[in-house]
Amino acid sequence: MGNGTGLGRVRGLGSAKHGGGHWVIHRMTAIGTLLLMLWLVFSLVRLPAYDFATVRLWLEQAIVAVPMMLLVISVFWHFRIGLQVLIEDYVHEEGLKFASLLGLTFYTFGMGALALFAIAKIALTGTPN
Amino acid sequence: MAQNRARPISPHLSIWKWGAHMATSIFHRATGDGMAIVGAMALVWWLTAAASGKDSYDYFLSWATHWTGQVVLIGLSWAFFQHMASGLRHLVLDIGAGYELTINRFWARATFVFGVVMTAALWSYLLFVKG
Repeated sequence: MGNGTGLGRVRGLGSAKHGGGHWVIHRMTAIGTLLLMLWLVFSLVRLPAYDFATVRLWLEQAIVAVPMMLLVISVFWHFRIGLQVLIEDYVHEEGLKFASLLGLTFYTFGMGALALFAIAKIALTGTPN
Repeated sequence: MAQNRARPISPHLSIWKWGAHMATSIFHRATGDGMAIVGAMALVWWLTAAASGKDSYDYFLSWATHWTGQVVLIGLSWAFFQHMASGLRHLVLDIGAGYELTINRFWARATFVFGVVMTAALWSYLLFVKG
């Protein structure tokens, strides 16, 4: 093992073995997001109106609430990875990078929980008269 | 010293020129990160407003139908179609296809056409056909 260059110092140590997982999940959630977002766009276009009663009656159906929850999970997971790559590319100071990633994680889980709770509440309580 | 102009341009930080391929790359990042912030907030606002009751929902709707809200929604739908097209291009590139210069440039340009055409089609339908 050499000690002159960066490559020389790490050659032979092997990879951390999980470098590819992040990349693969980004692609998997991309495909899930693609299918679910196309479903949402087509569904919204086909809704007769966008008033409170119409939207609530639509959202409270299991056939709508379940894909909507899947959409939130897929979209939020996908954008958390995307924003993480953005932070890692542009924020180089370690402390600030950690704080940014912490903030991103709180933002993603907080917003995701709000969205999932809202969908569950609509689906489980029905539409008020 | 005379330079051979046909040589590739060094991809250094400040030595580059705009091309369709690199434009799709930065637009992919900008539209994705834009949707992650503005789009996610709009989605969460819509869902929580619908869950909270008619007053909250009507307040959301008053912004969504205001011209400023419409500009944001049109922008988000453009970002979605642009990101979708360049994302599909990325999936093809990921399997190792589409790197020939002319093919790569063609599909890079096609993502911009797709983004604008789909946005125009969606909003023409929503505003003029559906009313």
